[in-house]
Amino acid sequence: MSIAATQKRGFGAVLWDYVTTVDHKKIAHLYLFAGGLFFLIGGLEAMLIRIQLAKPDNDFLSAGLYNEVITMHGTTMIFLAAMPLIFALMNAVLPLQIGARDVAFPYLNSLGFWLFMFGGILLNCSWFLGGAPDAGWTAYAPLSTTSPGHGVDFYVMGLQIAGAGTLIGGINFLVTVVNMRAPGMTYMRMPLFTWASFIASVLILFAFPALTVGLFLLMFDRMFGTAFFDVSLGGNTIIWEHIFWIFGHPEVYILILPLFGVFSDVFSTFAKKRLFGYTAMVFATMLIAFLGFMVWAHHMFTVGLGPVANSIFSIATMAIAVPTGIKIFNWLATLWGGNITINSAMLWALAFIPTFTIGGMTGVMVASVAADYQYHDSYFVVAHFHYVIVGGTIFGIFSALHYWWPKMFGRILREGLGKLTFWTFFIGFHLTFFIQHFLGLMGMPRRYWVFHSGDGLDLGNLISTIGAFFMAFGVIVFIINAILTARDAKAPADPWDGRTLEWATASPPAHYNFKQTPLVRGLDPLWIEKSEGKGKMTPAEPLGEIHMPNSSFLPFLFSLGLFVAGFGFIYQTDNKAWLAVLIGGMAFSLGTMVVRSMKDDLGYHISKEELEREAD
Amino acid sequence: MTENTGSNKIDSFHKKKNKEEMQKQLISFALMIVFTILAFVVVATGMMDKMLVIPVLLVLAIVQVAFQFYYFMHMKHEGHEMASAMIYGGIWAAILAVAGLSTIVWW
Repeated sequence: MSIAATQKRGFGAVLWDYVTTVDHKKIAHLYLFAGGLFFLIGGLEAMLIRIQLAKPDNDFLSAGLYNEVITMHGTTMIFLAAMPLIFALMNAVLPLQIGARDVAFPYLNSLGFWLFMFGGILLNCSWFLGGAPDAGWTAYAPLSTTSPGHGVDFYVMGLQIAGAGTLIGGINFLVTVVNMRAPGMTYMRMPLFTWASFIASVLILFAFPALTVGLFLLMFDRMFGTAFFDVSLGGNTIIWEHIFWIFGHPEVYILILPLFGVFSDVFSTFAKKRLFGYTAMVFATMLIAFLGFMVWAHHMFTVGLGPVANSIFSIATMAIAVPTGIKIFNWLATLWGGNITINSAMLWALAFIPTFTIGGMTGVMVASVAADYQYHDSYFVVAHFHYVIVGGTIFGIFSALHYWWPKMFGRILREGLGKLTFWTFFIGFHLTFFIQHFLGLMGMPRRYWVFHSGDGLDLGNLISTIGAFFMAFGVIVFIINAILTARDAKAPADPWDGRTLEWATASPPAHYNFKQTPLVRGLDPLWIEKSEGKGKMTPAEPLGEIHMPNSSFLPFLFSLGLFVAGFGFIYQTDNKAWLAVLIGGMAFSLGTMVVRSMKDDLGYHISKEELEREAD
Repeated sequence: MTENTGSNKIDSFHKKKNKEEMQKQLISFALMIVFTILAFVVVATGMMDKMLVIPVLLVLAIVQVAFQFYYFMHMKHEGHEMASAMIYGGIWAAILAVAGLSTIVWW
């Protein structure tokens, strides 16, 4: 640790440090805190939904508010919780795993975070400004184009700004992996988490532009009088559904693939084995990404696309079960005969396999067109996507946090509390969602505000609500765990006897990551050195000056400008005076770009002497 | 590719290479101008009917894009495999989306 970092600093100095930082490890912390906050907000909304549905004919929430809560639950969980938590993991670990000192564009990394943050805040401002969006997280036209008030306007502007941040983040990781791998770190030696993050970034690059276009069309329909989705003026509402799902289906693979990578790393570390079928795993991931672009219409089987289109998309969807099956069997084979340690990280990973397989099985069921006419828009679908997104993405995030917490914060999460979190959340999850399959088959439609006492849905819904409280308890225990460990003793550099490069650095790593770039001699580079009795990486370069980027306040200001302009866009439909806010905000953002372009910012160097003074 | 062409210590091999490269660039540049003129002539004179003109223009455009990528943006050189994979991946995703919309919604 450098001397400056160990000194006690005031709260203001720490805050300023985080607001201006371009260090990937600190940006990971920011993504984790912001994503965690939105996860709690989205979770609170989920609890409100479950309380409303706890008993028949309930009036805990009004019908209109219920629509807002379900819309914001979905939107928040996908865009503002799952995505940033995944970016937190990528930022924290990906540069370390390939032996890089930072991402390719540290400044853009910070910009991506602040755009996401301000987009998320803008979206949630709607709660206090006349009502949140209420057209569902999919915002289907014409419901979204005709929804009164400004709710959907906040949805459009908030997601547009946050989406720009995500796109920037994705491109940044692509360039990082292509250009910044350490000597010897060939593509086929990259850890699976890096591989999966790389492929997820490709999906971000190709899928998010579709969302951007869709949101622009919706924005112009709502704010500037166009008629892309207005049937009475020659528009077509189905185009929104297509554009949304051309984005939306790759999006669900963006949510799951990085966590497939996490599970691969966790299994091989805690089974003390090389990942079984590494090459097959890499190509299965690519195949999932490739097929992910040609299945979007399976969300629209009941729209009436015709039998040919439905059959093509049905078969393509079922084909995805093949590479996913390859991965499941490879994980099982990795565990087979391994020297298995079961701790919190491993528990989440082990629980993921059966849970995700159930979600995958119901996925093949809803992919069958004829059967889907029965399942469509029922609680069966709700159960299906919570099994894959919670059972895959959220289990994966918890597993990754327990696994990499020492690398991110220099402390090990407590095992007892970790296991309590796992068991309550795991039991609560299955209580909540397993019964929903049957509620759906019994005819309970998705997004309904109340059910009636004669419907025979009482018991199932009550069980589901009880399960939700178990999950909430588990999450609270996790937060307590995180706070308590802050006072624990510092974690060693390599607490899990790890295999990949991130465990060759200190916990947490120095701000320049590697004093000397490591030389990679194969897959699981640290394990190779350990098995040959060396125990640490061979440097690939002599000790020399390290060039580091300067911190910058401009990304924050740029995003702030767009945030203000967002309000201008939303309210200029009421009063043209708001155009001044719109133009002011845009001009401010443009100004920060001009400052960035005109001012030379060459960064600074850490001298060789300073590096020699610091312990390893 | 990354040779310092400003240096006067270029060996004869690289000299020849650079000369060939220049020739190729000039040829593709000339071809692109010819294609552009051709496109204008086809439309301006009305020598073909509309059904034929559109595919002809599309083919000319695709060839010009290929020249642009491979000769002027050096995609034919080594070390551009990842860039090509990304570009073709993006084109594939875009074609799928457009094909999907045009066959399902607008047809």
